[in-house]
Amino acid sequence: MEQQQNLWQFVIQQSDKLWDQTLAHIGLTCISLLIAVAVGLPLGIWIARKKKAAWIVLGIAGVLQTIPSIALLGFMIPLLGIGSLPAVAALFLYALLPIIRNTYTGISGVDAAVTESARAMGMSSWQVLVHVELPLAMPVLLAGIRTATVINVGVATLAAYIAAGGLGEFIFGGIALNNTNMILAGAIPAALLAILLDFLLSLVQKANLRKMRKIVVLLPVLLLLFSSFYIFPYAKQEILGGFTPEFMGREDGYLGLRSKYELKIPTVVISDAVMYKAAFEGKIDVISGYSTDGRLKAYDLVTLNDDKTIFPPYQAAPLIRQEALVQFPDLEPALNLLSGKISDSVMTDLNYRVDYLKQLPEKVALDFLMENGMYKPPRNGNAGTIRLGSKIFAEQYILINIYKMLIEGNTDLKVTTRTGLGGTKICFDALTNNEIDLYPEYTGTGLLVILQPQKKVLAQITGSRIGVYNYVQKEFQKQYKLSWLKPIGFNNAYALMMRRGQAQQLGIRSISDLKKYADGAGIKQQ
Amino acid sequence: MILAENISKIFGGIRAVDNISFEVKQGSTMVLLGTSGCGKTTTLKMLNRLIAASSGNIQIDGKDIFRIKPELLRRSIGYVSQNNGLFPHFTVAENIAVVPKLLKWDKSKTLSRTNELLHQLRLPPEQFANKYPDELSGGQKQRISLARALISNPDVLLMDEPFGALDPITRAGIRKEFLELPELKRKTIVLVTHDVQEAFELGDHICLMDKGKIIQSGTPQELIFKPAGAFTKNFFSHQKLQLELSALKLDTIWEKLPVDESGAKAEIDSKDSFWQAMEILSDKTIPQILVGHESMPILKTASLSDLQNAYRLIKQTT
Repeated sequence: MEQQQNLWQFVIQQSDKLWDQTLAHIGLTCISLLIAVAVGLPLGIWIARKKKAAWIVLGIAGVLQTIPSIALLGFMIPLLGIGSLPAVAALFLYALLPIIRNTYTGISGVDAAVTESARAMGMSSWQVLVHVELPLAMPVLLAGIRTATVINVGVATLAAYIAAGGLGEFIFGGIALNNTNMILAGAIPAALLAILLDFLLSLVQKANLRKMRKIVVLLPVLLLLFSSFYIFPYAKQEILGGFTPEFMGREDGYLGLRSKYELKIPTVVISDAVMYKAAFEGKIDVISGYSTDGRLKAYDLVTLNDDKTIFPPYQAAPLIRQEALVQFPDLEPALNLLSGKISDSVMTDLNYRVDYLKQLPEKVALDFLMENGMYKPPRNGNAGTIRLGSKIFAEQYILINIYKMLIEGNTDLKVTTRTGLGGTKICFDALTNNEIDLYPEYTGTGLLVILQPQKKVLAQITGSRIGVYNYVQKEFQKQYKLSWLKPIGFNNAYALMMRRGQAQQLGIRSISDLKKYADGAGIKQQ
Repeated sequence: MILAENISKIFGGIRAVDNISFEVKQGSTMVLLGTSGCGKTTTLKMLNRLIAASSGNIQIDGKDIFRIKPELLRRSIGYVSQNNGLFPHFTVAENIAVVPKLLKWDKSKTLSRTNELLHQLRLPPEQFANKYPDELSGGQKQRISLARALISNPDVLLMDEPFGALDPITRAGIRKEFLELPELKRKTIVLVTHDVQEAFELGDHICLMDKGKIIQSGTPQELIFKPAGAFTKNFFSHQKLQLELSALKLDTIWEKLPVDESGAKAEIDSKDSFWQAMEILSDKTIPQILVGHESMPILKTASLSDLQNAYRLIKQTT
């Protein structure tokens, strides 16, 4: 009961945002659907006439369909950048196959005797198409549009990763922040939207065959209407922030920027996978990066000084289930071999090799161990299996590869890995649910995302590395029976970043400078 | 009038129709008869350009059809197909109004003409006009299909196995209705069928086709009594006697029949066949039948033996 109330409160509190996101979601779905119908329908009609072209067109559309949606969005970024354009393009490609295929099937399925008699009475091929073939194919065609609609409502949640808005902002923010209400506030409307649109289209589809002539006219009008909901989410701004869903909801993130710095800049939500490149290309100006990220170097970005200390220390260390430590006594010494070995600059360099030079994390891990004389060949022992997890960015992939080699070289344990877990909450849940044994975590993240202590406690420890480490070590042990091993050495802090050129030109060195500039620009704009 | 000269159709190297010529006189019915795959339907569809002829000339009422836009040509020719081809999403009235709409008739004209045709076909408009095809029986659908072909009163009517999809009893009934329909008596009709009985009943002239060629063409009587070769002979051997009797019309013995002065009503017309007369006779107790004549105000009587003697005589002379 309390849970529901909380969700309701969240919805009320965030109703403006929720409404915007829902409209953006409907808009994204309908615009892409409209374009897909505009392209897929003629294409389907064409291949129904030219059966020889059918297999190739359907084949291409089929291949597009099999590309995982997040990968398709990834492909779009180099071509179309970030924002609504690549999102609409990707959704359009997804909607294409069901529409082409069902148009083709529908038109091909019209009784040949009927089309022949239409022609025999002197209808032109256009008249046959509009008055006979399309109305008769309409139920099948609508089934295709229905499928495409449901697919698009689902895939459109991913648009949040590339700054195109939609209900994905809440969903991914909620997942990253361990905030169930936020997840539900995004997921429930998305599910309702899918059900509602599907239901509306099913009514249209079930409408009598005899009314199909009217639907031929009505459908495009309706789609156009819905599409108009979507006002492209941002106009060109003086300075635009692009932050990850997780950053948007964190106290050591956007919330802190608002409360402590009173920073007010227009922002979009974006995935960290594309954020750096988008900043480099000038699509966005300020990003929420990680201080050890290799792309910092590659894209020539500078970190803004956190002069009011909203970002706590983020010392990396393995977070591990205590049971595993007890069960496998060899494990802790092997993991601690790495402690103190990787400094900020070393980690940045390792990340650079993966992020920018496109070396494999396994190779980078191996090279690092070789260079430092820490590599030992695997013993291929059989004493048990350790399951390693990682979040979905390069640094974590490198770290768990290093740990894998250390464990296999120094103990008789075997290692399996589960990489690419999509955020703090997912990793943490995997750990507490005994699906993995350990993953590398950062003290500041553990503090603010998982423990979420009172402001009073926070104020006491935020400034101190040791203080934060000791606090999380103690509390994780007590609350979750999880252990933080010795820190690896580097501090991967959250940081605001800008392009070096722009920062210098605007004279921005710290977050306070940014606030001053943003306020000035705001006055200028008004 | 339809005139086809040396028309051929080649589908991927195969001569589906191979250099055939024929003429259909104004107001007469020509039947293209043959087994499936003989090219008869292809020939029919070349006449309204549903299938493009590979070579040859076709004239309808003196006009070269290849100089007319196919859509315009087709609007001036009625077409009835085997599978009725009614639009399932149109009502009966809308189906019938397709061609008038293309010809941009005004609504009242379309409506009155539709009602006229539905009455003629014994489908009362108030009952049928707003029904959809799936609510009709096979025979009703085929009649609507005919109404649709006749609505704009075309001179030429093309029919592709129009009764082919019907059961034998419905088929016989509708065939009879067609024969009696005043609309059809003035039309120049080309009808495709594989049913020999149907060809003999409906055709003024029959073209017997095989493998894309016309094997023999002529009146039913010519085909059955003077077969030009083994193919024709074999084609009709199956029901020879019935066909012969169907091909012979009472007109051929009209002169020799005795006049009847009883003042009763005619039971059969002189244009009807020996077969029809014998069918009626077989049901009667008196072995005589009263025959009327279109253009003469007298009646004559015919008996079974009159018919038998005449038949024997004709067989001997051929």
